[in-house]
Amino acid sequence: MNPDERHYRKLKPVPPQRFRTISEIGEALNALGQGFVTTFRHLFRKPITEEYPEYKRTLPERSRARIVLTRDPDGNERCVACYLCSAACPVSCISMQSAEDDNGRRYARWFRINFGRCIYCGLCEEACPTSAIQLTPQFEHVKREILSMVYEKEDLLVDHSGKDKTYNFYRWAGIRTGDRDKGEHEREDKPVNVRSNMP
Amino acid sequence: MIAWIAGFAVLLVKIGLVLGVLLFLAAYLVWAERKLLGRLQIRYGPNRAGIFGLLQPIADAIKMMTKEDIVPEAADRTIFLLAPAVVAVTAMLMAAVVPFGPTITLWGRQVPMVVTDLNVGLLFVFAMSSLGVYGVALGGWASNSKFALLGGIRGAAQMISYELALGLSIVPVVMLAGSLSLVDIVDAQASYPFILVQPVAFVIFVVSAMAESKRIPFDLPEAENELGAGYHTEYSGMRFGMFFIGEYVHMQVLGALIAVFFLGGWRGPLLPGPLWLLIKIIVVALVMIWVRGTLPRLRYDQLMALGWKVLIPAALANIVITGAVVLL
Repeated sequence: MNPDERHYRKLKPVPPQRFRTISEIGEALNALGQGFVTTFRHLFRKPITEEYPEYKRTLPERSRARIVLTRDPDGNERCVACYLCSAACPVSCISMQSAEDDNGRRYARWFRINFGRCIYCGLCEEACPTSAIQLTPQFEHVKREILSMVYEKEDLLVDHSGKDKTYNFYRWAGIRTGDRDKGEHEREDKPVNVRSNMP
Repeated sequence: MIAWIAGFAVLLVKIGLVLGVLLFLAAYLVWAERKLLGRLQIRYGPNRAGIFGLLQPIADAIKMMTKEDIVPEAADRTIFLLAPAVVAVTAMLMAAVVPFGPTITLWGRQVPMVVTDLNVGLLFVFAMSSLGVYGVALGGWASNSKFALLGGIRGAAQMISYELALGLSIVPVVMLAGSLSLVDIVDAQASYPFILVQPVAFVIFVVSAMAESKRIPFDLPEAENELGAGYHTEYSGMRFGMFFIGEYVHMQVLGALIAVFFLGGWRGPLLPGPLWLLIKIIVVALVMIWVRGTLPRLRYDQLMALGWKVLIPAALANIVITGAVVLL
């Protein structure tokens, strides 16, 4: 006898299910009947279906659909064209070209999302350091023309702050721009002189 | 000669009538099933095409017919193309012997309200029912796909097992009626339907009939969550539609047979015969849909155990008891 066979011999066959008493048969029949009664009662219930085109449920604020580029509370573009969203995107549907304006602020010269490829995973939103790129609950985002699914920056920009109402990157980040010098940002100390700061 | 032509014309009209009703009802049975199943599951079911989704069968038919008819490259072409027709045709042929009304007199001539009154009608029904298995088994085999093959084998095994119970359960009815002709069986129920004296046979017949028409809880040949779609996995377009039509026509024919054997066929008070038969068929079909909405699919061993260890012994015992009672 080979070892495999011995292994199989040890396994006991599963005993077949049998009804032992009349009461067990009664229980089984009762359970069967209850099933039929339950489904029959459902016939007279109002269906719980939400009929879509007539009734549109407002989705939770954080549900993920159409992507927008938001502005900070002061009305400036939040996006600093850091390419993090583009790098995080699993389907590579985000592309942009960074630039710097006269004020020293970085911005995207052009910003393009190909929604034909987008899988609405929200990784771009997670990667974004400035809360610029955000997913909105606007799920009705279907078009017949595939090229019209490519959204340019002007299609993406909105004039509100989206889910993050207060954050303003340039007010916090220690980056010198035309508006603020180093040390003038919120909760930022004046820069120390590294030469006089020796122990 | 003229009499012969007239007889032939009447026959054609009857065939056209039965086929028309059968196919129309099959289409709307699909609609009724989807609608009722929806309500049983607190959904609406189809409600977009026409009011209450009443145009859904037409939309489905158009879709089926315009779809590509794919034959897999490795399939056995001839058998693959033939199998759906076997299922649909055998199901429709069974309807030929079902009487749908009392004999009427047309221009001084007796016209029986049945396509053909075979004196072995019951045997014919079972022969056709068994032939239907070939459609399933060959379709599964010719697809050259493991899931389709598994479905086909299951279909064959299941239908052979339940064919026995189906046949045996009807023997007491034949004993009581003293004939194999479906017309005579209906006539024998003039005073009372056989369900009153043969409740056991009725239950066995209904259960086996559901297994025969491959419906939940006996839909192992299809078993979409284990086998894709079972024996018709590889079918598309109208060939898939033929399997579908076959299943629903089978459902109606079994409803008609249940009516003929146990519920008094076309007999009933007030309403005309054909209407009574139609009502009985629809009621049986609705109950089948209700069962589908309630029961889960049986496991393969449970299916076989139910067929061989419960239904067949019960049917045999029923035959012996009925025989004893008839003899006394």
